[in-house]
Amino acid sequence: MAKAKLTFEDIGQTVNVPAGIRVIDVSEKVGAGIIYGCREGDCGTCMMHVTDGWNNLTEPSVLEEKVLRENMAGRHDRLACQAQVIGDCSVKPA
Amino acid sequence: MTMAGTRADTAHPGIGQDGAPAPVPIADDVHWIGALDPQLRRFDLILRTANGTTYNAYAVRGRDGVAVVDTVKAEFAEPFFARLEQVARYDEIRVIVLNHLEPDHSGALPELMRRAPQARLIISKRAPAMLKALLKADDEEIRYETVDTGHEIDLGGRRLKFLHTPFLHWPDTQCTYLVEEQVLFSGDVFGCHHCDRRLFNDRVGDFRFAFEYYYAHIMRPFKAHVLDALRLIEPLPLKLIAPTHGPILRERPRRYVARYRELSGGAALEPMPVDSAPLRTLLIFYLSAYGSTARMAEAICAGAETVHSVRVSLYDLDGGESEPFVDLIEAADALALGSPTVNGDAVKPVWDLLSSLAVVNLRGKVGAAFGSYGWSGEAVPMIEDRLRGLKLRVPLPGLRLKLIPTDAELADCRDFGRRLARALVGDAASGSGNGQAARGVIDFAELG
Ligand SMILES: Cc1cc2nc3c(=O)[nH]c(=O)nc-3n(C[C@H](O)[C@H](O)[C@H](O)COP(=O)(O)O)c2cc1C
Ligand code: FES
Ligand SMILES: [Fe+2]
Ligand SMILES: [Fe+2]
Repeated sequence: MAKAKLTFEDIGQTVNVPAGIRVIDVSEKVGAGIIYGCREGDCGTCMMHVTDGWNNLTEPSVLEEKVLRENMAGRHDRLACQAQVIGDCSVKPA
Repeated sequence: MTMAGTRADTAHPGIGQDGAPAPVPIADDVHWIGALDPQLRRFDLILRTANGTTYNAYAVRGRDGVAVVDTVKAEFAEPFFARLEQVARYDEIRVIVLNHLEPDHSGALPELMRRAPQARLIISKRAPAMLKALLKADDEEIRYETVDTGHEIDLGGRRLKFLHTPFLHWPDTQCTYLVEEQVLFSGDVFGCHHCDRRLFNDRVGDFRFAFEYYYAHIMRPFKAHVLDALRLIEPLPLKLIAPTHGPILRERPRRYVARYRELSGGAALEPMPVDSAPLRTLLIFYLSAYGSTARMAEAICAGAETVHSVRVSLYDLDGGESEPFVDLIEAADALALGSPTVNGDAVKPVWDLLSSLAVVNLRGKVGAAFGSYGWSGEAVPMIEDRLRGLKLRVPLPGLRLKLIPTDAELADCRDFGRRLARALVGDAASGSGNGQAARGVIDFAELG
């Protein structure tokens, strides 16, 4: 299975993950600071900032774009419960 | 008895009873057009309401038309429209302002929009998604305009200015300020559940308890947002605060603003002298029937204490009420909870404490779980899931021990305490966002 390196900058931890996994599923296991509410892309609680490897996450859906906008997301912010890892990247809580 | 019993059709109504619905002037060209709900005994499931509540709505008249600020709960549309019709014709209504969209204030909105189709609906910039979900309508079907802090609507000699005050207590909350009359339509902010037809704070019965209680349950989880809102509200000249529930505050309205600031401030007492190093506080709570989980808690405490600049406190949940513990947790940086597994679950006082935490903001605090068990040990993972659900960060996998801890296992407990305290201090160090020293790479499959 394809692997990628996902780094959580707030705790300085890098995890080798299977490609396709959602960031939230890894972050809660390593105890990184990204929090969540609905886990289905609706509430915006899990907003994270992508500091590196922006293009190594799956494209945001129209719905995610909308939730990001409503929650005043900045550039390179994503929802951790929606973004799937497809290559090396670094994230931290927004 | 000046208010009650003066009209034949309202002979001796109680202080909470709605007689023949009449609008009440509260300032020049401003009327209260709300509704009384004296029978209500529980609001939104979480609040007791010993004498009911009111749904306050207001009408403001300018030279060029009328604004309706908030409506009422759907069941109370009738007295609301009856009062409105006595101060304005529907075709005079130019704007309808909703300060937040909760159904107790938006219930009569659809009918009002039908009766006043020309009126512009004004909501906060965070409200559109909520509006669509509430009315179950698509974009094209509802016309609305969003406003932000600083935006203004002129009704002709009467200007409404908007203050964006998100999360008090819904994400879409705003306040509306009537410049000429210095009236703040504050929505649920400064409100309370107290039903009294005498309506003004200098006339109604003693509602101090209701005011504090409302803050404690509705506003307290959002203290940081309250402080942001107060920065917008405090500079305003204020003759009167007109909230959506309970008494209208015309007698010394600033007292209520000051009280909100007091209630939203820091902890009552500084935990340490100001000249000591910045401390992070860790609270350890446990329950134990036979002492195993208690011994774990003591060892975790001892381990955590060895870490410089972490202050650890240890409490037996069986020895206190939830409420003061909630106050402690609100002010703490980390929380470790210990429970034995009993009948496949953590014990009830743990869940009682966790379910009491809804009134405080837990975001970003560190959480951990531990406990002794006999054979299946469900308590620890269940507590961890709950901690994550409450938006705590859980940096270490919980610690479970079978039955009575050995010396080696107690050493593991001390180590657990030490690592937990370090995770806490590491947080402080990485507050700037630079991250901690790299911990290297692990494989996802190794994570429990
Ligand atoms: C009434 C009762 C029910 C219990 N149910 C369970 C259980 O369902 N699963 C389990 O792992 N242990 C269970 N236990 C075992 C306790 O978790 C175990 O004795 C533990 O060490 C008690 O810790 P404490 O003495 O520190 O409270 C049960 C114990 C009692 C007394
Ligand atoms: S958790 Fe709600 S959007 Fe991700
Ligand atoms: Fe509300
Ligand atoms: Fe309300």
